[in-house]
Amino acid sequence: MPRRPEPDTAQGAAAAVTPTAAPLLQVHDLQVHYPLRGTFLHRLLGREAGEVRAVDGVSFEVARGEVLGLVGESGSGKTTLGRALLRLVEPTAGSIRLEGRELVGLSEGAFRPLRQRLQMVFQDPHASLSPGMNLLSAIGHPLVIHGLARDRGELRQRVAQALERVGLVPVERFLTKYPGDLSGGQKQRAVLARAIILGPELLVADEPVSMLDMSVRAKILELMLELKAELGLTYLYITHDLATAKFFCDRIAIMYLGRIVEIGPAQAIYQRPRHPYTQALLRAVPEPDPSRGVARDLPRGEIPDAVSPPLGCSFHPRCARAFEPCGWERRDVATMLESRWATMAEEDWRAERALVGDLGALAEPGEVARLVPGRDASTADLLGFLQRLRREGADPFWQGVGELAVEDGAVTVRFAPAVDPGLVVDGPVEVACLLYGRTPHADHTVPDA
Amino acid sequence: MRVRDLRVWYGTERGAVRAVDGVSFDLTAGETLGLVGESGCGKSTLGRGILGLLPAGAATDGEVLYEGRNLVALPPRELRGLRGPDLGLIFQEPMTRLNPLMRVRDHFLELLRTHEPGIGEAQARRRSLETLGAMGIPPTRFDQYPHEFSGGMRQRIMIALALTLRPRVLVADEPTTALDVLVEAQILAILADLRRNFDTALLLITHNLGIVAEACDRVAVMYAGRIAEQGDARTVFADPAHPYTRELLRSTISLATTELHYIPGAPPDLADPPPGCRFHPRCPDAMRVCPAQDPVELDLPAGQRVACWLHGPGGAVPEGGTLPLEREEIALAEEA
Repeated sequence: MPRRPEPDTAQGAAAAVTPTAAPLLQVHDLQVHYPLRGTFLHRLLGREAGEVRAVDGVSFEVARGEVLGLVGESGSGKTTLGRALLRLVEPTAGSIRLEGRELVGLSEGAFRPLRQRLQMVFQDPHASLSPGMNLLSAIGHPLVIHGLARDRGELRQRVAQALERVGLVPVERFLTKYPGDLSGGQKQRAVLARAIILGPELLVADEPVSMLDMSVRAKILELMLELKAELGLTYLYITHDLATAKFFCDRIAIMYLGRIVEIGPAQAIYQRPRHPYTQALLRAVPEPDPSRGVARDLPRGEIPDAVSPPLGCSFHPRCARAFEPCGWERRDVATMLESRWATMAEEDWRAERALVGDLGALAEPGEVARLVPGRDASTADLLGFLQRLRREGADPFWQGVGELAVEDGAVTVRFAPAVDPGLVVDGPVEVACLLYGRTPHADHTVPDA
Repeated sequence: MRVRDLRVWYGTERGAVRAVDGVSFDLTAGETLGLVGESGCGKSTLGRGILGLLPAGAATDGEVLYEGRNLVALPPRELRGLRGPDLGLIFQEPMTRLNPLMRVRDHFLELLRTHEPGIGEAQARRRSLETLGAMGIPPTRFDQYPHEFSGGMRQRIMIALALTLRPRVLVADEPTTALDVLVEAQILAILADLRRNFDTALLLITHNLGIVAEACDRVAVMYAGRIAEQGDARTVFADPAHPYTRELLRSTISLATTELHYIPGAPPDLADPPPGCRFHPRCPDAMRVCPAQDPVELDLPAGQRVACWLHGPGGAVPEGGTLPLEREEIALAEEA
C-alpha cells in the first residue's frame, strides 16, 4: 500500500516544499467581488445594491511540485478563489503570476496558451462529464479545442495514453463508454485524464473525492499522488475535509469568509493549530474512535453573509476567545439576546423581550448600538436589564462593550474600536488573529494564546 | 423495536432487486444505533422500510415489531397514525421537506393539530418553542419563513419538527451530509442529547464511520442488503470481527491516517448478488466455503453478532472449506 513520502521534521517539510526555482504561482491581494443585483427601486434611484466579497484580499505562493491545501467551509471563498486562478471568474483586483507572468488583465487570446498549463478538476464527476459524449470525445475535447491533435489517429492515441495513466484499462473497453456506464470512481479518473491530457503544470482540484464513497477516496488520492510524481504536477487542493488535506498537502491555508486566517506547513498546523477557527475545525472532525465522543463547545452559529461581513475579525461572533478589539458591534447585540432567549422558558423570554424594542434596528453594522425600550418599558428598565446581563458576563460579547448609557430616550451601547487582524508570523505559520503578535492599535492586554 | 428477517425488494426489468435481504436487529429506547455501509448497500431502504415509507412497487416481508404489533402487516391507515407520534424520520435535504410558503410557526402548529387534535393554541406554541429552543433556534424567529434560515438552521428546524411529537423511534438518514463540518458537529451533539432528553431510540444512517464512532452506542455494518456485523460501537471499532468492517475502517481517511487503504472492486448489483457471502469477491480472507454457502449469524464472546465463516460454526463448514479461495484479481475496471 502506498505511503506518503513524509519528512520527519518541520525543517524537512519546509525543505521539501521549497525547491530551488521561483514559485510556480504567486497570488497577491486577490479580490473577487460579485455585484448584487439590486431591486428595481434601487436601480431607479441609482443606488448600489452592494457586493459579495467572495475573495477579499488573499495572498499566497505555491512552489513547483508542492501541494497547497485551501481548506474552508462553504462560503469561505475557496472555490471562487480556485476558479479565479483559471479565469473562470474575473478577479476584481490583485495579481496572479504564473512563473512571474501576470495573468490578471490578460486578453482571452493571450491567456489561451497559458490555460494549457492550468487545469481544473471539479467536485462532482457526474456533472463534469457530458452524458452525451463518450470518453474518447470527452477526454480528447481539450486537444480539439486547442488544435493539438493532427488527426483522429493522434487524438485516439493521446486519449488512450491518458486513460492508461489514470488506470482506465483495458483502454479499448473504456474509449467508447459513456459517463452513464461508469462508477463514481471511474468518472473521477476520466475527469483526471481530461485534466492531464494537455500536459498541465498546475492542477486546481476542487473537492475531487468528496462525492465518492469512503472505499474509493483513497484510490483516487493515490492516483493523484502518482500523477503528481510521474508528470511533475503541482496541486492546489481545495477541500472542506481536514482529514484528506492532512494526508495530501504539504502546506495548508485555512480560509474564512474570503480571507486566509492561517497558513503554513501542514504538519505545523495540525500539530498546533493557532487560530480559534482552525482549532474548532479540527475538534469538529468526526474521528473513527469511539472513545472520543461528540465534539462539544463548538463555535455557535454559521458562516455569516459575505455581503456584510462582521466588523473586525470575521470570526469574532462565533469565537469563544474573542476579546475587546475583535470587532464587537451592533449586530452582535441581537445575536447575544436571541441565543440567550433560545434557552429560556416562554414567559421568561417574553418578559425580557418586552424590555427591548425593535430588534430590526440592530440589523446593520456599526460601533454604536441604540436600543429603544419596548412599549411598556422605560430606558431605566432596559439599562438595568443590560447591566445585569453584563454583570453575569456569560457571553464573550460583553468584553467588547465599552459604555452603556441612556441618551435621548434610548440606551446606547458603545463598543471598543474594531481592529482588523492581518496575517502575522508565529513560529512556522502565519495567523490572522489578535491573540497572536502585536498590532499597532494594541493598547489592550492580549490574553494568553 | 425488534426487526426480524426483514426483506424489501423492488421489481425491475432485470428481475427483483433485493435491497434488504433478511435483516434482524433490535433498537431500544434511549439508544443510538448507527447503520453504516457503502452507497447502494440498502441502508436507506432499510431505514424507510422499518417506518413503512417505501415507494410503490416495493414489497416487504418479515417482521418489524413495535409495541406488540408487526408494522409490516399493519394496514396503511394504522401505520400512518403511528408516523409522527411514534415513528419519525429526518431527511438529508431539509429544504425539500419544508414548505417555502409556510412560516415555521405554521409547520409546527399544523403538525401538532393533526396528530394531537385536542391540543390548545398556547400549549402547541409552548411545545414548539421548547423544542426549537433546544435546537438553538431563537423564539424571535418563530414567524419567519424557511428561506430566512441558513442550511444548518433548517436542518435543526426539521429535527425539531420530528421531535416535537416526541416519537419513540426516530430514523435519521444522513442528516448532516449536506452540512459543513462545524454545523455537522453541532447537529451531532443535538442528536446525542436526544437520548438524555427524550429517551428516543435513534437509527442513524450514515456512510461516515467517524460519526458512528462518536455519536452511536451500537453499530450495524451493512453490505449488499445484509448486516455483516453488529454490536457495541466500542467493541466493533476496536476489534472488528467481519473482514468488511475491518476493511471499511482501514479505508476511512481520518486525521490519524498515514497510509492509504481501499477495498478493491465495488458492491454487487443487488439484482444479481454473488452466491454465499456477498462480500467474498472483495474479501482478502475469503475461503472456499464463502461462495458455496450463506454464512451463519453468530454471537461472539466479545458481544458482537457477525455473519462470517471465519468465525464458524466449525461443524457447518465442509471439509477443505477453510482453504483460501482462489480467485481472479479484481480489475480496476470494476471499482466503485
